[in-house]
Amino acid sequence: MTKVTYVENNGNSHTIEIANGLSVMEGAVQNDIPGIDADCGGGMACATCHVYVKEEWFDKLQKKEDGEEDMLDMAFEPNKFSRLSCQLLVSDELDGLTVSIPSKQG
Amino acid sequence: MIKTDTLIIGAGPVGLFCVHQLGIIGLKCEVVDNLDKIGGQCIELYPDKPIYDIPAVPECTGEELTNNLIEQIKAFKTNFHLNERVEEIKKIEKKWITKTNKGTEFESSSIIIAAGVGSFEPRKFSTKEIDKFVGKEILYSIRDKTVFKDKTVCIFGGGDSALDWAIELSSTSKVILVHRRDDFRGMQASIDKIHQLKEEGKIEIYTKYQMDSVQGKDKVESINIKHDDKTIKEIKTDYVLGFFGLIMQLGPIAEWGLNLDKKTVPVNTESFETNKEGIFAIGDICSYPGKLKLILSGFHEGALAARGCFKYAKPDEKYRFEFTTSSKTVKERLGVKE
Repeated sequence: MTKVTYVENNGNSHTIEIANGLSVMEGAVQNDIPGIDADCGGGMACATCHVYVKEEWFDKLQKKEDGEEDMLDMAFEPNKFSRLSCQLLVSDELDGLTVSIPSKQG
Repeated sequence: MIKTDTLIIGAGPVGLFCVHQLGIIGLKCEVVDNLDKIGGQCIELYPDKPIYDIPAVPECTGEELTNNLIEQIKAFKTNFHLNERVEEIKKIEKKWITKTNKGTEFESSSIIIAAGVGSFEPRKFSTKEIDKFVGKEILYSIRDKTVFKDKTVCIFGGGDSALDWAIELSSTSKVILVHRRDDFRGMQASIDKIHQLKEEGKIEIYTKYQMDSVQGKDKVESINIKHDDKTIKEIKTDYVLGFFGLIMQLGPIAEWGLNLDKKTVPVNTESFETNKEGIFAIGDICSYPGKLKLILSGFHEGALAARGCFKYAKPDEKYRFEFTTSSKTVKERLGVKE
């Protein structure tokens, strides 16, 4: 199990233990974290699981695959720390990861 | 008022196969979809991406799947009401009356919601003060391109819509293209053309910029765009076009008194009926224990929902199960010649 912290736009913070192998998106959806919609269910087809990764974590993540950056063009207010949380797989290396949730997803 | 047995909301793969399942048991239906074409997410989100998990179809694209489904239901001569969004429903005696945003009215004994994650709507600018300009100088789609003649048009986005319109309008308007990063994701030929137009001085491009604010009293006078490094640039412009793709919104369905679980509609797994009698939900929009958001699950759900509609359409008849391989009646309905 790996601890991941989700910070809502209003500042509310939720730290969840997630089984390795699940995505950061699945961790949020299964634990009813508000603000991560994941409309397409993890198919990198909708950009509604968009999160901002805390700066010190950004370079430690798996690199973006083709298509993620294209999808982020459609996300709500993307910035250089934006990722799609369906593409972030939880593993021991990510223990303590913190992501912020945008004020909305679309 | 269009009278039919079942109204299907959503022309994606699940709605299409449900037309088939209704058709073979002898029920008529009409289909409404907010998109301008048949196919739902398959056509809108991944027309050319391969799908590998349709049973007995090792590989096909979203477009091929859609075309095959259309072929499979050809015999039923179903009416599709595209570019229309279902707005209101009400029950009068035993019939559901449904009205669309274009004023089309349907009377049916049942409704099947196969609406995916909702209807597709353009993604919008997040800037708050723009509301009063939307539909006038700030647009998410183009109906009449002649209004831009000899005007300045600022286009936001990096995909094909943004690039195509930038190229198209550059011959008659002053075009400024703004995108959040240096790379564009449109077709290579369009990207090359955009860079060529820039070299020729026919188009201005600002990358790593996003919308910051809009100025103007009764109409847009200028906008501020913000660079990744936080610097602001002011642009004088007559029109602003945003092409950020589409997002799915549940929309009016949320107001119909259906039970909702997040953005999905809980159903029973016997007939996929919702808490409202005669309203069924299938495909991505329905939820039940063990639900998988797969096209193949939606096909199964549609088959059962169609049978569930039977008792509402033909209360005095008993539904009898038949195979397409052996039933003469079913083959006739399918237009099979023997």
